[in-house]
Amino acid sequence: MTGTTLAPTPRLSRRNRRRAASIGLSAGIAALAIFWMSPMYLVFVNSMKDFGEILRNAAALPERFMSDNYEVAWELADFATALVNSLFVTVLAVGGLVIIGAMAAWRMARRPHRWHKVLFSLFVVAMVVPFQTLMIPTVQLSTWLGVVNTRSGLVLLYLSFGMPLTVFFLHGFVQSSVPREIEEAARIDGASSWQTFRLVVLPLMRPMIATVSILHAFWIWNDFLLPLLVLFDPARRTIPLAIFSFFGVHSDQWDLATAALVMGMVPIVVFFLVFQRFIIRGVAAGSLKG
Amino acid sequence: MALKELPRAAASAGRTTAGRRSSRTGRTARRDDAMFVGPAVLLFGGILGAGFILGLWYSLVEWNGVNREMTFIGLENYATLLSDDRMRGSAWFTARFALVTTVLSNLMGLGLALLVTQPAPFQRLYRAMFFLPNVIGGILLGFIFRFVFSTAFDSLGELTGVGLFQLPWLGTPATGFWGTVIVFMWRSSGYLMAIYVAAIVSVDEDLYEAARVDGANWLQSTRRITLPLIMPAVTVGVFLMLSISSKLFDVIFALTNGGPYGSTEAFALNIYNEAFIYNNLGLASAKAVVFFVAVGVLTLVQVRFTQRREVER
Repeated sequence: MTGTTLAPTPRLSRRNRRRAASIGLSAGIAALAIFWMSPMYLVFVNSMKDFGEILRNAAALPERFMSDNYEVAWELADFATALVNSLFVTVLAVGGLVIIGAMAAWRMARRPHRWHKVLFSLFVVAMVVPFQTLMIPTVQLSTWLGVVNTRSGLVLLYLSFGMPLTVFFLHGFVQSSVPREIEEAARIDGASSWQTFRLVVLPLMRPMIATVSILHAFWIWNDFLLPLLVLFDPARRTIPLAIFSFFGVHSDQWDLATAALVMGMVPIVVFFLVFQRFIIRGVAAGSLKG
Repeated sequence: MALKELPRAAASAGRTTAGRRSSRTGRTARRDDAMFVGPAVLLFGGILGAGFILGLWYSLVEWNGVNREMTFIGLENYATLLSDDRMRGSAWFTARFALVTTVLSNLMGLGLALLVTQPAPFQRLYRAMFFLPNVIGGILLGFIFRFVFSTAFDSLGELTGVGLFQLPWLGTPATGFWGTVIVFMWRSSGYLMAIYVAAIVSVDEDLYEAARVDGANWLQSTRRITLPLIMPAVTVGVFLMLSISSKLFDVIFALTNGGPYGSTEAFALNIYNEAFIYNNLGLASAKAVVFFVAVGVLTLVQVRFTQRREVER
């Protein structure tokens, strides 16, 4: 960008021109990245101001960096409870999905008889069904099963909704990258099916289990509509629900509301930053597969 | 296409011993089937499978959800839909929204991908920054922009006098549409960037080297080498975005809740409102079935399109 505005004079050597272009490029990307983060910046700086200060200048840094917005929002949203609930549901659901899904995927890939093929096709079709199509029956079924308004009931629902994608990915992985010979060696050494699965197959599936777990973790952690439909008790709210109900009451108190938003974002953003490279790669791979 | 981490794919697929008889009896095999596949089948069938069938049944009844009474009315719900102007409006919004966001976020994602694959410092950091909005939940995103578009822009507009800040972003149907598009692009461009980056870095470096020797500049090698070679990723990106944006719910629920005047009521939100605000669960179930059919057709088109491509190559 700057490279073109610098209007390379004949005296400017080829190397210098390339250097100028490269500096221009770097500056351009940096500017775009800063612009990209500006909504985050606005939410973050205003979470440390009182309301009057937000109205005066939303873009300015806070006059003093300490603020009790977080303390108040934390209490009002009962954020500690929501954090525990979100962790509980996400960890149990993702763990259950990959274990139960891996069992089924391995067996279906290794013994592809007719029923397994039918089941596999059903899984593929189910991945297309939008949630809204299943929303009303899901509420009804949860009531009949007596799992409404419990966190473990929500886990159960995720185990069902996430199963097709889990099996689809792991099935493909078993077929392509788990060598059959090792399993047969384990068999000959007298291992039972369960031992073969647990000690030989499951460790070999680890790369794909990691990818699937990440996809599911983001989905379940951020999911809103399903918990909205089946959890009513404030003490059982997950983070998206807690933030949503907080906004139901305090939506115009932007000093508190921005603090609540930051609190809601921090856990998942930290998770992302820690596993960043792995996540971006995994998500890209996951989308190519689907 | 599939996963690049799996180079052994083809190799081991050819070596499968599918037809081989196991020495164990059929009974142990069936026991193992039940043990390994059974839990997944129960979970899947018990809720997803049963729910789908139940949903089809609900679309044929009149039911307000408050009392237990359901009246079978055949296809009457579907007939009602034909004259439902609100639903037609939301279908129209969803189609426009899906088309516009698919085009714009793919262009943006591709542009970002080309930028962050250039040799420049901090590229890994920039990738993370562009990707970041994607990991934040839709509800939070919607609320973030409710703040940005209202209070934050009001304050900035007053300070700077810039017209862009002074627009009633969530207050009129036109700005509401574009406001929603912006939020959605902010979220999905980084995601598409990741897909395009994966495709770009897998392009053979020798091709660029050869082009450079032949005197090609950056623009030329991008147009003649990069773009043609990442076309499969573009197909993925386009269909992925069509599918995601036509199912959009959370962001709109938090950002506009369908407003102003129902102008941003996405199809998914229309179904939700019909079911849980107006309590017409039978009618909502019919809409849900229509939604499934529409999304299903889109997917079939995608599958056909991808297959044809693969035959051509």
